[in-house]
Amino acid sequence: MEQIQTLNGVPLKKQIARALFKQKMRALLLIAPLLIFILITFVIPITDMLLRSIDNSIVSETLPQTTASLETWDPKAAQLPDEATYLALYNDLKLAIEQKNHTKLGTRLNYESSGMSSLFRKVGKDVSKMQASVSYKEQFLAADKAWGDLKTWNLLKLYSPEYTTGYFLAALDMKKTPDGIEMLPESDRIYLNLFARTIFMSIVITALCLLLGYPIAWLLANLPMRTSNLLMILVLLPFWTSLLVRTSAWKVLLQQQGVINDILVWLGVITNAGRLELINNQLGTLIAMTHILLPFMILPLYSVMRTIPPSYMRAAKSLGATDWTAFWRVYFPQTIAGIGAGAILTFILAIGYYITPELVGGTQGTFISNRIAYHISSSLNWGMAAALGTILLTLVLVLYWVYDRIVGIDKVKLG
Amino acid sequence: MSQSQGTQPFVLFDNVQKSYDGITLVVKSFNLGIDKGEFITLLGPSGSGKTTCLMMLAGFETATHGDIFLDGRSINNIPPHKRGIGMVFQNYALFPHMTVAENLAFPLEVRGMSKSEREDKVRKALDMVQMGKFGGRRPAQLSGGQQQRIALARALVFEPSLVLMDEPLGALDKQLREHMQFEIKHLHEHLGITVVYVTHDQSEALTMSDRIAVFNDGIVQQLAKPADLYERPSNSFVAQFIGENNKLKGIVKDLKGDTALVEFTNGQQAEALAVNCEGVGKPTLCSIRPERVRIGSQAGMYATEGKVIELIYLGDHIRCRMSVYGDDSFIVKIPNAGDGTMLSVGQTIRVGWDKNDCRALDA
Repeated sequence: MEQIQTLNGVPLKKQIARALFKQKMRALLLIAPLLIFILITFVIPITDMLLRSIDNSIVSETLPQTTASLETWDPKAAQLPDEATYLALYNDLKLAIEQKNHTKLGTRLNYESSGMSSLFRKVGKDVSKMQASVSYKEQFLAADKAWGDLKTWNLLKLYSPEYTTGYFLAALDMKKTPDGIEMLPESDRIYLNLFARTIFMSIVITALCLLLGYPIAWLLANLPMRTSNLLMILVLLPFWTSLLVRTSAWKVLLQQQGVINDILVWLGVITNAGRLELINNQLGTLIAMTHILLPFMILPLYSVMRTIPPSYMRAAKSLGATDWTAFWRVYFPQTIAGIGAGAILTFILAIGYYITPELVGGTQGTFISNRIAYHISSSLNWGMAAALGTILLTLVLVLYWVYDRIVGIDKVKLG
Repeated sequence: MSQSQGTQPFVLFDNVQKSYDGITLVVKSFNLGIDKGEFITLLGPSGSGKTTCLMMLAGFETATHGDIFLDGRSINNIPPHKRGIGMVFQNYALFPHMTVAENLAFPLEVRGMSKSEREDKVRKALDMVQMGKFGGRRPAQLSGGQQQRIALARALVFEPSLVLMDEPLGALDKQLREHMQFEIKHLHEHLGITVVYVTHDQSEALTMSDRIAVFNDGIVQQLAKPADLYERPSNSFVAQFIGENNKLKGIVKDLKGDTALVEFTNGQQAEALAVNCEGVGKPTLCSIRPERVRIGSQAGMYATEGKVIELIYLGDHIRCRMSVYGDDSFIVKIPNAGDGTMLSVGQTIRVGWDKNDCRALDA
């Protein structure tokens, strides 16, 4: 095809592209402040945080000579490293102790094997006493017999590389050994269980929200304007109350000496000795979370239901369908978009919820996010927190993908 | 009433009342008998109670008072899905998540019909509305007129003897609407079904109906055949609502048989057909159709002087606004006969009509 030229000889296509490019740049300029804001306050910190889940540079940075020397050491030979490696360790530690980095390394290695923290704290004193005239190997072995243990050296070699899968394995209750990857003993496993519990309880919470929210959303969409506005305020009321206040209110209501138990005892439904355990367990988390997330289910349902004209139900009935058939065959299929939106919203909020399970969940009703928070603020094992967070994020994305395949994300409608 | 003596009509509204709030009556006292195979239109302005009557017949509203009979049985306590009445809705109400064929199969399915029987009936119904090729489409992929046909086919597919239509053509453009009017009319004649049709469009009502019930203010103002409704309105509301109409205000001076002597606002007097005037000394409204007015030499014995105020050329006729008996909005339609009888504004001319065309109604 012949190219169309403008009057001054430039191809028209080029000219248009140039004009459009200017337009696009101007549009980009408008959103630039937001883009930069998100980049600095969200994308970069999150990426940095997630990278911590594989970052292991602390070992090779603190012990550069030792890790280099260990590259040639074969753990399968079941012999301790040679004198050169101990010398390298001495040199590395001497520098690390000057910079006070050796305890940090100890803390890091302690995540993989307990006892490492105290070993490295102690080594500070040991190294200062060592003399160049005697074999370093013997001096290290004399200082602490852990230096003569193959396990210690295996560990150092395993964690010499700059990146590690250690955190992820630990987050999945697995462990690295020189013979490959192994599951932790049954009694030590916590995270898989916690992930399963988080998913299961989030599903239950979503289902409860749907069961409780569907009729309310229907009422909201079908009542006369004034009544439905009043009802809508009641639905939104929890939004205007602090999350902490609501959760604390549930504590007051649900505890063993709380309002609900008192009333049940007073009514004679239960005896004073047989007060129900409604809080600090999974039940407590279910009740409080369902209450808190209910509006997120009701609102999308409502906005979809409002667009369904009542004539559909009437048409179905005039065609001979009973109330139930008309609902199930005609009304319900049209609300699936709302159910999808509400379920996704509720589920994703539930799976990452932190404060409510923390306050009312006890030990049995906590979620994976509570564990993440523990690693961030108490154990300071940020790598572990990052690994758990990454797994959680991946899990949500996978579930989202599955949902898209089964229901279709284009069917989700918020109004 | 066209119902024969002694037997009950197919559908009967017996003194039906409806109130939503217990304060105002939306339908005040509705009596109507519909014969089998009849095409009845409920015509009226919005809020006149016509749709409420239809919804009561369909079973979506309950009558506050009175009985509705279908085929001799009172249906007040029968739920809508057991009434077996087909219904076409204003917005078609085609189920958006089902294909056209599934929509049509729905009423057959809930009746427990076998699959082969269903497919057979759906195909026939689609052919009936010339939509045979569209069975696999979704309603959203059809044009307004096509959706209308499907809605019609769905209301007919389970072979109800009574079909209700609630302003089914309201959303279509003028040309399509006129076309569909004929199609519905033909289907009605072909299938021999009884149709109760609700509309606020008087030309639609006149085109399609066997009889029309004109609603206003919760009561039926007149129930008559289309021609009677236009030619012989029984009160001023019907006269104004159906077609164009001149209204001359006056006071009844004398009543002799069916002739009333009316004195108009400018003091002049004329005779009119007494249809619905309350008596001597009472106000009345005389109704004359614009095309029944004669001018010039054709004006007969009931003639007066009229002054031309405005002329509008409309091709086939000329619309002339003039001042007659003190009324400045008197309209005369003058056929364009091409004989050069052109009027000019300001001209005074003789205006007259047949006494029977000037109907003295309630004021």
